[in-house]
Amino acid sequence: MASPSVRLDVRARSVAAWVRRGSGWVRRWYGANPLHLLALLAAFALAGYAVHAVAAAGQWTGFAEWFAVAIIGHDLLLFPLYSLADLSLRHLLPGGSHGRLPAVKPPPRGPFEAFQSAGSQPLDTKPAPGAAPAAAAPGAPAQPGRGTPAWPPLLNYLRIPVIFSLLLLLTFFPVILGLSAPELHRASGLGTGPYLWRWLGVTGVMFVISAAAYARNTRRAAARARRSRPKPPRPPQTHGGPAAQHKPLSHT
Amino acid sequence: MARRRRALSASAAAERRRAAALVRRATDTARDAARHPAEHPPPGPFRPGTWRSPLRGLWLTSVLAVVLLVGLTIVAVTGLLSYAAYDPLLGSNDTTPGANLLKFYLFTWPTHPSWWYRVDQGVHVTLGLALLPVVLMKLWSVLPRLFAWPPVRSLAQILERLSLIMVVGGVLFEFATGILNIQDFYVFPFSFYTAHLYGAWVFIAGLVIHVTLKFPRMVRGLRSRSLRRELRTPLAGTQPEEPDEAGLRAARPGLPTISRRGLLAAVGGASLTLAGLVVGQSIGGLARRTSLFGPRGLSATAPHYLPVNRTAASIGLTAQEVGPAYRLTLAGAHHLVLTYEQLRALPQQAVELPIACVEGWSYSARWTGVRLSELARLAGMPEPAGALVESIQQVGSWRAVTLSAGQVLDPQSLLAVALNGHILPWDHGYPARTIIPNAPGVHNTKWVDKITFLRQV
Repeated sequence: MASPSVRLDVRARSVAAWVRRGSGWVRRWYGANPLHLLALLAAFALAGYAVHAVAAAGQWTGFAEWFAVAIIGHDLLLFPLYSLADLSLRHLLPGGSHGRLPAVKPPPRGPFEAFQSAGSQPLDTKPAPGAAPAAAAPGAPAQPGRGTPAWPPLLNYLRIPVIFSLLLLLTFFPVILGLSAPELHRASGLGTGPYLWRWLGVTGVMFVISAAAYARNTRRAAARARRSRPKPPRPPQTHGGPAAQHKPLSHT
Repeated sequence: MARRRRALSASAAAERRRAAALVRRATDTARDAARHPAEHPPPGPFRPGTWRSPLRGLWLTSVLAVVLLVGLTIVAVTGLLSYAAYDPLLGSNDTTPGANLLKFYLFTWPTHPSWWYRVDQGVHVTLGLALLPVVLMKLWSVLPRLFAWPPVRSLAQILERLSLIMVVGGVLFEFATGILNIQDFYVFPFSFYTAHLYGAWVFIAGLVIHVTLKFPRMVRGLRSRSLRRELRTPLAGTQPEEPDEAGLRAARPGLPTISRRGLLAAVGGASLTLAGLVVGQSIGGLARRTSLFGPRGLSATAPHYLPVNRTAASIGLTAQEVGPAYRLTLAGAHHLVLTYEQLRALPQQAVELPIACVEGWSYSARWTGVRLSELARLAGMPEPAGALVESIQQVGSWRAVTLSAGQVLDPQSLLAVALNGHILPWDHGYPARTIIPNAPGVHNTKWVDKITFLRQV
């Protein structure tokens, strides 16, 4: 004679098996844990309840339109536009798609090498000795021996102030372009006249800061390059030295 | 000669064979693509090779995600508190009736501390602006997944992708409506209050499910790299992340043009710039002059000017309405009609209280007038359950507001007749306006001509 506890145990085991089978079936049919489905349905229910209130207020159409426009406007308009602008800027800048100036006089060791081999090699990787001649391949606008300083990549010193400026415009275009002038004046008695000038001013300041940072970094890098230049590797008229051959492979 | 012709024909035959093989291969590929579309994405963004940035990856997305998780939670909570601050359960204060289940958290808005609403809305607007660059960067970091191929793998995945409409659409919708609203650019075909509140609930629903499903992955992402090491890695040492479970890293990463720390610095810098050029309008004093883009910032610093959000001109206030014919009606246990002079002859109190707008700007000022509790006593109802304050303004929102008992009886709640020691300017509600500690700006009714003290609200 089975005791009640054993009977209960048997029943619990069969229930557990049933749940396992059921969840396995949902997993196959649905593609995830049943809880995944439950959680998503709960979220949809909450959102649906909120949207129902908008519909009850008779504003459903505009609401849905703006939701759609927000997604499409960002994913299929704003994103492709700024990506295209960024790609164009990178290709327009001397140095090709990576925004580096051509290695007019590639510097010796130090940060420049790092700049020019950016990312493709770890910092401590020096071009293999055999690779150097190959890197100085035809087509590279190399003018060794001019003694002109080498330049850090210009790209970020251009696009950061541009991005900041465009972000300000994107955010405050109603006042910058005076589009909200009538409503703002009605509400506050204030005008939108100064905002355009402030935006231009802030943009100008950002470019000045960026230019100053670029000048400082160029000077620093050049100083570092001078300091770390090997002892007279060549006759003094070729200022470039052997480093002139440290061309990054990525530029060929 | 013959040998040459033979050689020629042999090479032509080889050419033909090669061409045939090419055609065969192309046909096979096409047939294969038709049979197994999942393995053959259409060209363009659907091909993994299109996405080249070596900075995309689970770690970067996770870092941006955790910033947004904290930041957007604060923005959402301050926003929901702002709704509570309107005391929507009183009288006809609720601009967004319906959806009662979503009002579960409402409570009677307190009058202390008097700076709470000011800080709440300052944080809501300024932090919201600061998060805009983070939101855009986060969307950039996951955008390749929008074009994941095949678009559908299972029912679970369809639902999950649909739920992203709530998060992405919600965050963009809330940011767009909020940013346009603080600049009074009312181009949307709906009420700001309705859309911004219920849009927020759609977003919150999406955010909760998104975080629920992705939190473990975000934690794994954060652990996959050391933040400290990334902050020390210059462009030269910047390597693509490891391929990840989410497929965020580019299949064929190109060369980086900026380091990860550079990218994070740019996003942080943009956030600080946006917020920094606005926040002065919420702080006031000299800081207001730094608020170049706050609509009540530098532009609102003229001497003797205090910002408003509704001018006397906009409601068509006439000299006759506020002239000698002006009467203030007090209704309670009995009816009382006061002239402007009688109102000024009542005991006057001075308080230092902020006006804080839902749009984020605020300023502190010294108000002088009669306590609302004193007026309640005059109307024969010293302990009312609330009060309905009405304005001369005949049409438009906020011409009447219901105050709670706590607001009426707070010793700092005044029917003010003077601002900073001068008679109220018309734009600030001459002849008389209410000023309630910690209430949203629009609950400080201007051009008041009637106060009804209520037995129940």
